Amino acid sequence: MSFEAKIETQNLNLYYGEFLALKDVYIRIPERNVTAIIGPSGCGKSTLLRCFNRMNDLVENIKVEGKIFIERQNILEPDMDLIHLRRKVGMVFQRPNVFDLSIYNNLRFGLRIHRMLKNKDDIMQAIKNGLEHVNLWNELKDKLRKNARSLSLEQQQRLCIARVLILKPDIILLDEPCSALDPISTLKIEELLRVLKQEYTLVIVTHNMQQAARASDYTGFLYLGELIEFGETDQIFMNPKEKLTENYISGHFG
Amino acid sequence: MRESFEKHIKELNEEVIAMSEMVANATSRSVKALANRDVEEANRIINDDLLVNNKRWQIEEKCINLIALQQPVATDLREIIAVLSIITELERMGDYAEGIAKIVLMLGDEPLIRPLIFTPKMAEKVVSMLKRSMQALVNRDADTANAICNEDDEVDKLYDEAYHDLLMLMIKDPTLVSKATPLIWAAHNLERSADRVTNICERIVFLVTGSMPQVKVSTY
Repeated sequence: MSFEAKIETQNLNLYYGEFLALKDVYIRIPERNVTAIIGPSGCGKSTLLRCFNRMNDLVENIKVEGKIFIERQNILEPDMDLIHLRRKVGMVFQRPNVFDLSIYNNLRFGLRIHRMLKNKDDIMQAIKNGLEHVNLWNELKDKLRKNARSLSLEQQQRLCIARVLILKPDIILLDEPCSALDPISTLKIEELLRVLKQEYTLVIVTHNMQQAARASDYTGFLYLGELIEFGETDQIFMNPKEKLTENYISGHFG
Repeated sequence: MRESFEKHIKELNEEVIAMSEMVANATSRSVKALANRDVEEANRIINDDLLVNNKRWQIEEKCINLIALQQPVATDLREIIAVLSIITELERMGDYAEGIAKIVLMLGDEPLIRPLIFTPKMAEKVVSMLKRSMQALVNRDADTANAICNEDDEVDKLYDEAYHDLLMLMIKDPTLVSKATPLIWAAHNLERSADRVTNICERIVFLVTGSMPQVKVSTY
């Protein structure tokens, strides 16, 4: 596959203590596309995703070997600026994790942490842009002082995405972002991914095969920590090369 | 879920085989009715074609249900898409047999201008190709399916011979035109029927390999 890789791993191994959770993973994630990582529970999907912004560093007894390049910089280098990395590589989690603050302050939070934008008008403009990106501005523009927890789960998840967007990332990692949402809200988030990929590189971990098929351009199948197959999503779902992939997506196991 | 899906797929295959047997039967019977000037049998074939059409709709409905309820992917999806295509081809083959039966009715009590030479051979070949294509479907055998496609040339050759034979008769005796032309139509139906078998075989290749090559381009 010839494409510009935004993220590229080489010989990536990850150990939780003695347990080898990722085995010699080589994956190239294309720029400005949606890439889905699928696989059965415990196969290493979320672990792989968390490698891309070094969220795994927070886990005890972890050891990572190999290289992960983001725009040709190996982010596993010890002198990597993690604050900067996590701003450039944003993350959205399974359940919307809004803070117990107003909508406004949820969105302003990252700007304060990263000391971005001090001028009130600039902050307001950034918040407006962020909410517009996730189609929430019209709904929320008069409710910015309301507590973010009063929103529906789908709105909360959109707000979390807006909170990431405000920090102007290049890459957004989404770990099962729709698993707490109903089917209509799920489709709306998937629609949003389609819009966002025009500007951002998106990597989504999902259990939901139909979601991977619908929402992604490329799909990687992980099994027991190994990347079994990676390809364009239509090829993976119509005619996978590996029998293991076929068996998984057809529901033989998992 | 998986067990139930596999049961449905098995049933689907059995129904396709059953439909192909109905079509093979209609094809053989139509040419025999033509050779024997059997108007009653021709009427039965025309009525039986309704059963073939109904079978096609039943299978199609099952395919749509499976897609909607089980959301198949990869081989499972190709299997259902292949079945949808195969039953359309079979239904058209049934129509060709029905068309020959209608020619029998059209000719009525008129004696044939001469005994049929090429059409029974064509029918025999078409039925043989169809039956073996169904074996290839059951066995997921892309090589056999490919080989059957190449046999279409033999049917084309028989059609050429039938066409020229009847054309020569008409040139020699233009009063035979109205009796000879329907026989050309019957041969043409069989030639088209063989083409439909090649389409079925292409679908079997698609099912097995996932690629959709045009195995053979018919000269007709």
